[in-house]
Amino acid sequence: MDITSLTIPELRQKLSSKAVTPREVVDQLASRVEAVDPKLKAYLHLDVEKARAAADVANPALPLGGVPIAIKDVINVKGDPCTCASKILQGYVAPYDATVITKLREAGAVLFGRTNMDEFAMGSSTENSSWGSTRNPWDLDRIPGGSSGGSAAAVGGHEAFAALGTDTGGSIRQPAALCSCVGLKPTYGRVSRYGLVAFASSLDQIGTFTKTVEEAALLLEIIAGYDPHDNTSIDRPVPKYTHSLHQGVKGLRLGVPKEYFIEGIDPEVEKAVRDAIEEYKKQGAEIVEVSLPHTKYAVAVYYIIATAEASANLARFDGVRYGKRAQNPKDILDMYGRTRAEGFGAEVKRRIILGTYVLSSGYYDAYYNRAQKVRHMIAEDFRVAFESCDALLTPTSPTAAFKIGERTADPLQMYLADIFTIAVNLAGICGISIPCGFTSSKLPIGLQIIGPKWGEETMFRVAHAYEQATPWHKEKPPL
Amino acid sequence: MAETSSDSIDVTYVADLARLRLSPGEIATFQKQLGDVLGYVSQLQEVDVSHVSLLGDADLKNRLRADELQPSLSPTEALANAPRQDNNLFVVPKMVE
Repeated sequence: MDITSLTIPELRQKLSSKAVTPREVVDQLASRVEAVDPKLKAYLHLDVEKARAAADVANPALPLGGVPIAIKDVINVKGDPCTCASKILQGYVAPYDATVITKLREAGAVLFGRTNMDEFAMGSSTENSSWGSTRNPWDLDRIPGGSSGGSAAAVGGHEAFAALGTDTGGSIRQPAALCSCVGLKPTYGRVSRYGLVAFASSLDQIGTFTKTVEEAALLLEIIAGYDPHDNTSIDRPVPKYTHSLHQGVKGLRLGVPKEYFIEGIDPEVEKAVRDAIEEYKKQGAEIVEVSLPHTKYAVAVYYIIATAEASANLARFDGVRYGKRAQNPKDILDMYGRTRAEGFGAEVKRRIILGTYVLSSGYYDAYYNRAQKVRHMIAEDFRVAFESCDALLTPTSPTAAFKIGERTADPLQMYLADIFTIAVNLAGICGISIPCGFTSSKLPIGLQIIGPKWGEETMFRVAHAYEQATPWHKEKPPL
Repeated sequence: MAETSSDSIDVTYVADLARLRLSPGEIATFQKQLGDVLGYVSQLQEVDVSHVSLLGDADLKNRLRADELQPSLSPTEALANAPRQDNNLFVVPKMVE
């Protein structure tokens, strides 16, 4: 019996009927990793013995009892490495658990491996990892997307049942689309960021990679909620998201923003998304065209705000309290300058420079303050759009997975990979990417469903209705 | 409106502010690449933002709590990742002559 292709509810059924033990689950998953990860390179650290030990004491009665979950290497797990795919954190051992990790442990999950990513979550292809690129399970010559590319490839390649990732500008939804899995970015404040290494604090949100929408709903029930350790988490009840999945879309109004069907979008991607919209019509949803007039400014706003926040957040990597320190510094400035030069990769340096520049004296008003104002206008666009619809339907990414190396020389081209996902982070709302087909060369295509703040229940319901009517999520990559 | 042409970013100066020592090669590459990015983001100048406040219409309030001692890392745990430590302290190069 190959259990690695099971969904979490299917796996739990096998665990509770004792058809399989938690240790056997870890062993089979480890065998799958051994077989496919030399090709995919999705994992950075995997301590199978530790996972076995956790499996041996797992309680199958708990909601995730004995279920292995992979974790993006940007979330602190006590006693384990957490490198953010950066040389500057080589050798760092997390001294505490992130709140999402505490919650997963309490739900009985077995923490299984840390996944590869763009360094400090800065990138759209996982090529910015200091430890080498992850490959797309559907075509090993192509990128898995990023920055959570390791989590996406692991779930898409069935070497993880589910994984946590983080989404600052699309870093969950875009790789999920490119690897044919379900990628969830919850509303800002829904999930605690305590223990997540910060990139852009006003945009970062932890979310999930799964094979199905139901699993995303299940995991969000577990990881969501107010946390006194994160003052931006919001004290609101966490609904039973799995209970409202099956209500269908009849009577819902689904908006299609005209600004998301633009020149430059791959015709095969556009067709798959248009077909998905037709499917919703067939199921009884009302489709309405809406306008988000400031969409075209989202990438520009993002690269000012995200880099500004990153330049401040990454100031903590100074060679004093943790991580790498340059050898034989002659004074404190020499230590800072060389530690950071040796520890950070090119993209991180680029963003620190850009972020420092837009916050510097004389440029602050022109760049940072102006970007903040346009950010409010983008959020207002969504607020107005959601007055006339319950959720929005868009492509997740303008193209399918591109070739490794294709965009590394041109940062701006790389930034435009996130053109359809970034505005959701700027507005602090929720989004999910689900599989909606393949290109003629069998590369996955993603449909993005966007909900308003705290609109996860309806968003899941919309996602689930399409998923149940289509075969895409059941396809397995040719590994 | 500040100058935002592609040659306006002085990478050497900004890198110094950011405590980041760059090689001459990196400076030249970043100068070009960040010039492109700044050219792209300069489109924000065409947006009329005169009616928007910096904080938007967000209903933001400070979250206050009692200043009470909570469980936290022990000195040993807090220092465990330090590149250099001594006597429960982080050790850095001499800063004051």
